[in-house]
Amino acid sequence: MLSAFDNFPALLIWLPLIGGVIAFLLKNEGSVKTWALFSSIMTLIVMGVSLMYTEPKDYLLNQVSYIWLKDLGSSFGLMLDGMSRILCLLTAISFPLIFAATWNTHYKTPNAFYGLMLLTQCGLMGVFLATDALVFYFFWELALIPVYFLASRWGGEKRIQAAFKFFIYTFAGSLLLLIGILYIYLKTPNQSFSLVSFYNTTLTIQEQGWLFWLFFIAFAIKMPVFPFHTWQPDAYEQSTSAVTMVLSGIMVKMGVFALIRWLIPLFPDAVKSYDNIVIGLAVVGMIYASCIAMVQDDLKRLVAYSSIAHIGLMCAAVFTLDHEAMQGVMVQMFSHGINIIGLWIVVELIEQQTGVRKISELGGVAQKAPILAIMLVIIALANVALPLTNAFVGEFLMFSGLFRFNIWYAAVAGLSIILSAVYTLNMIKNVFYGNTNTLTETFREITVNQRVILAVIVVLVFMVGVYPGPMFQLVEQTTDVILKRISAK
Amino acid sequence: MNAIILSAIWGVVMMYTGVVTKKKSTPKVVAILGILLLITANWLEYAGLPFFNVHTGGMLAFTSFGLVFNLVAFTATLFYFLLSGSDMEDVGDNVADYFALIFFVLCGVSIATSFASLLMLFLGIEIMTIPLYILAASDKRNLKSNEAALKYFLMGTFSTGLMLMGIAFLYGASGTFYTEGLNLGFGSLTPMVMAGMVLLMISMAFKVSAAPFHFWTPDVYDGTPTVFTSFMATIVKAAAFIAFLRLFENAFGKMHSEWQLLIAIITALTLIIGNLTAVFQQSVKRMLAYSSIAQAGFMLLAVFALNNTGKQGLILYAAAYSLATIGVFAVLIKMKDYTFEGFNGLAKYQPLLAALLTIFLLSLAGIPLTAGFFAKYYMLVAALKNGQMFWLVIVGILSAAVSIYYYFRVIQAMYFKEGKDPEIHVSEGFKTILLVAALIIIILGIHPDWLLNLLNN
Repeated sequence: MLSAFDNFPALLIWLPLIGGVIAFLLKNEGSVKTWALFSSIMTLIVMGVSLMYTEPKDYLLNQVSYIWLKDLGSSFGLMLDGMSRILCLLTAISFPLIFAATWNTHYKTPNAFYGLMLLTQCGLMGVFLATDALVFYFFWELALIPVYFLASRWGGEKRIQAAFKFFIYTFAGSLLLLIGILYIYLKTPNQSFSLVSFYNTTLTIQEQGWLFWLFFIAFAIKMPVFPFHTWQPDAYEQSTSAVTMVLSGIMVKMGVFALIRWLIPLFPDAVKSYDNIVIGLAVVGMIYASCIAMVQDDLKRLVAYSSIAHIGLMCAAVFTLDHEAMQGVMVQMFSHGINIIGLWIVVELIEQQTGVRKISELGGVAQKAPILAIMLVIIALANVALPLTNAFVGEFLMFSGLFRFNIWYAAVAGLSIILSAVYTLNMIKNVFYGNTNTLTETFREITVNQRVILAVIVVLVFMVGVYPGPMFQLVEQTTDVILKRISAK
Repeated sequence: MNAIILSAIWGVVMMYTGVVTKKKSTPKVVAILGILLLITANWLEYAGLPFFNVHTGGMLAFTSFGLVFNLVAFTATLFYFLLSGSDMEDVGDNVADYFALIFFVLCGVSIATSFASLLMLFLGIEIMTIPLYILAASDKRNLKSNEAALKYFLMGTFSTGLMLMGIAFLYGASGTFYTEGLNLGFGSLTPMVMAGMVLLMISMAFKVSAAPFHFWTPDVYDGTPTVFTSFMATIVKAAAFIAFLRLFENAFGKMHSEWQLLIAIITALTLIIGNLTAVFQQSVKRMLAYSSIAQAGFMLLAVFALNNTGKQGLILYAAAYSLATIGVFAVLIKMKDYTFEGFNGLAKYQPLLAALLTIFLLSLAGIPLTAGFFAKYYMLVAALKNGQMFWLVIVGILSAAVSIYYYFRVIQAMYFKEGKDPEIHVSEGFKTILLVAALIIIILGIHPDWLLNLLNN
């Protein structure tokens, strides 16, 4: 019975791919939207079934490997281990939410929009599932191409430049990654791209030193970590909301994921010698981004900078190589994705009704839309990592890891929590409370559909916040595997 | 041998076609028949069935490497004829002669991919380029076309002179024209051999438009009627590369370390100059001229590395680059406005053309799932395997990142900018063939081994 489910990983890639191609062929706007939602829900169902019927500790059984380029030593290898599960689950949950939340937005050429969105989902799934370095690189790039088109075709005035900047940055980074991959490939004993061969390759300390930076820069641009973050606020601000949600909710996790899956286990010695530099950068970035977030007047830019701060913490926590911090990072990747998508949905709802995103021009929304306000406050507090919310679990573990690593880093990074409370609460105060003005005078309460979507997010926030056990069971195995590798070296 | 003889014969046939029929469309049909014949004959020779048994005294050697490249070159020419053949009718009246000249070029290509003697190399390169001088000037009333032809001719003959000089030096030093017979090892690097080798390197660099010998390229490519630029910049250039690689592998392979630094410098210069200058172009045609220089830089990595991976990569590169560039040119010819702005809003009026053009440009930029990615992949692996001069790989990677800028400018113009209808008139057949070319690029981007396995015969 179970052997029939071995193909889950492949299914998670094929479903969005086929869905995306079909979406391109549909002409009618309504049917494209329905199809995209349906297709993404199908993917979610498959994801759910795979979680039910397979165990993370059996991840070796859930591997798929098709012979692809035999002469090159590359095979189309996929696996669903603990960390893949968490991130695939995030991807699978996010897309239906995004489609539903932006249901009322009208796009020119909707078939292309939804087709590209589903192709992005396919690329993201591939990145999270790949066990072959070449396949990983393929999906890493393929996730980027549809997003580039999405961000350039739909969005604000300056979207073309913003998307191009984003593309050039990440593409340059991934070319460095390619060189690194090829170098290790030539060093593997059996000339193979598979994860196992990569893990079994011994590299000298000097080699690890520069390979580390090739990989790290590629991943740091994606996350983004200070000082590689300059593409991000522009890209988030200029993209249309659905694309911003994909970018910030899921795409940035590619970087953190890749750190844990590829960088840390491949270059353990280099990680130990450069950990202070990286954590230092990450911590500086956190404070820097939080400070900028405080003075932002644009809602989208505020959320964008808050995202840089959160990702910075994840990056720092990964490099502590602390068992609990690592688990925290993995759970936090999921929680952060959910929370930030929730925040974007609220921003989108406000912008839809008032037409502005300027904090200074809004006010008193809570009087007109109390339910929206309640939902927002919950999501915003989750973003600040209040206890009982999902982010608390992850951030607490990450901070405790950082604390054990070096108390000063933890102290400085801790400031960002306070700062994040400052700008988040400030935003709530100015947008939702106070007196209404001409713009918000006519603000209507959100519809039932919108309530349901936000309610799903709120439920997820509390579910993980109150009972995070299942999440930790998922990620425990990956953490063990990765950290055992490092201590063995 | 099949290809050399048949292409020469078919060139003559083409000339008579021009005499016999006055209809403008007939030569194209005859030419397509001819190229199909060439493909079949070349395939049969590859499968071990040569039609002709000519005693060449060992001056020609038919290896699977050369034959597979012929196959790639002829197939690319077939696409070129199908896509752009009818545009030749707009250049001038002597349509049949243009086709005849192209068949003569192909004859030169087949010699250049199979020479085993320096004399044959010289013949091959000359037969390849002389018809091109004429094609460059084919738009007789256009001053730019005349200028291009004259420049090309002067530069071409100059580099040929250098090549002859180099061959003479080598003959003087070793007493033989056979590349294998030169027997140049580490110890044999006398000043005379050195001079001969450097002269040959410079002349070949001229032919493949490698920096710093590339200055003729943009003007010539720009001035030549676009339909012939397409041929010059792809198949002919790739063939010159095959000759370059074969020459340095067979004749100078044993003293690889002596000239490796020199070729590394040429490669790096070509990559940097080609890419950086392409960024500043306003016309897509000129951009493609500089991009051809930049791509040449990547192909030079095969000569630099001189290993099996590099050879495989060069074949793949030739196929990927030729097909994609021919595709882009085929669309460009139909445009009235060659500037980037001319492409504004193309996706709105010609969605399929724009999508296919995007695939070609992505392939030129080396994005995964296209043949261009694996072409670059093989070149980088070849250079890394070589183990020397890691900086060259970094230069290659950085210039590949720069190239994104100018290729994506076309994509941006097509998809994200508003423009008026360029009023392109293309037939359904044209679109179908372009679609097939794009599909081949994607298939090679997923399974490059399907082409490269042919080399293992």
